[in-house]
Amino acid sequence: MDRKKLEILENIDIEIPLFLEAIFQKYGYDFRNYSNAHIKRRLMHRMTLGKFDSISQMQDKILRDKTFFISLLEDLSINVTEMFRDPDFYSSFREHVIPNLKTYPFIKIWHAGCATGEEVYSLAILLKEENLLERCQIYATDFNRKVLEIAKLGIYPTQDLEKYNRNYIESGGKQKLSDYYTLNYGSLKLDQSLSKKIVFADHNLVSDKVFAEVNVILCRNVLIYFNKDLQDKVINLFYSSLSSSGFLCLGTKESLRFTQLEGNFVAIDPPLKIYKKKINNA
Amino acid sequence: MLKAVVIGTSYGGLEALQAIIPMLPKDFSLAIIVVLHIGDNKNGSFLQYLSKNCQLILKEAEEKEEVKAGTVYFAPPNYHLLIENDSSIALSAEPKVHHSRPSIDVLFESAAWHYKNQLVGVLLTGLNQDGAHGIKEIQKYGGITIVENPKTAIASIMPVAAIKIMNPDYLLNLNQISEKLVELSKLH
Repeated sequence: MDRKKLEILENIDIEIPLFLEAIFQKYGYDFRNYSNAHIKRRLMHRMTLGKFDSISQMQDKILRDKTFFISLLEDLSINVTEMFRDPDFYSSFREHVIPNLKTYPFIKIWHAGCATGEEVYSLAILLKEENLLERCQIYATDFNRKVLEIAKLGIYPTQDLEKYNRNYIESGGKQKLSDYYTLNYGSLKLDQSLSKKIVFADHNLVSDKVFAEVNVILCRNVLIYFNKDLQDKVINLFYSSLSSSGFLCLGTKESLRFTQLEGNFVAIDPPLKIYKKKINNA
Repeated sequence: MLKAVVIGTSYGGLEALQAIIPMLPKDFSLAIIVVLHIGDNKNGSFLQYLSKNCQLILKEAEEKEEVKAGTVYFAPPNYHLLIENDSSIALSAEPKVHHSRPSIDVLFESAAWHYKNQLVGVLLTGLNQDGAHGIKEIQKYGGITIVENPKTAIASIMPVAAIKIMNPDYLLNLNQISEKLVELSKLH
């Protein structure tokens, strides 16, 4: 193989940690414990796109150009979501979590890493159909302020509506999805009655602390972008935020395997990654 | 010394894999990582079907699992599969690439960067151009490349897209591929 090409790859493994350190020092966003494969893919593509010769060259730019940093922040934040994504999860939530929540007079829910909000509104619809929404306070957080703005508006393109309808039906929806939105100028706007129980807020799982004690935490397809150490740290944060017997819902390919707290949770639905915090013995 | 084989395929892929994986011996010394486009379907049923005549262990790849020789890992539906610096599995729900998630390009590219010249890339039958860029990237970093002869492919678009932009080390009929993999695993 071409020695020079191999050297480029070797250098990249040196340059990436330095680059992430530079972002942290300069802008306070901490990607140092993200999955390496994920970061490498995003940075290599940004390098090709921006016609940079090396990550170091990009580092020079990022320290001096905030606009460039903002665009990179977009690259590193994965915002893929859809209404009722993984419909099986929502039907399991109805079956396993809802009956328990019905015994509470007031319910606090934290949706961490909510991206553009489609899954938060999906949850609000489910809670409404179970006559629980009025008793709920949902905190939906993300570190990306741009996606939070979209989430607050609750207006989405209609191109995926067919899929959303299918998901809604598969998730065990009790009405019609169209009961919850109005169509306007090729967009769908979700009903105000859903959003009045949701507070959207800027929160970074990597650097911010516990902000409330909650009964349910949903954090789906976020941990897959973190390394084991960071996963452990975030699960600790979730553990501290959950009330006794609170529920933790992860993405279907995520797990508690890499956390020391695995033994402090019971898997309620193992394939769909719904866990319950054990009652404190102390 | 070679460490891993990555295989990418789409339409007709199940039949193609059926002609390769069961032929590999129990002591096959490389790890195998596969992206097969199957839409939103669950992996379970075809894994069961493929496993029947196989001497290797077939499984759906799990997040952060260490990649081991003699095991065949399949990307789960709706997730891209990438290889970490420590040879473990990373999954990603980022946007589709070539309308596909998992995407062959995503796997091939990340495997090329990690395994460099210790990798074999195999691109089989398929109806889109996913994988062409990825197998070129494998070659760029010294990996060995095998493309299925479009004449034996159920859908030739995928192998044709690759050979348009690169010159594979081996252009093989479907029934020659398993033999070549065994040969390479012993030579290197």
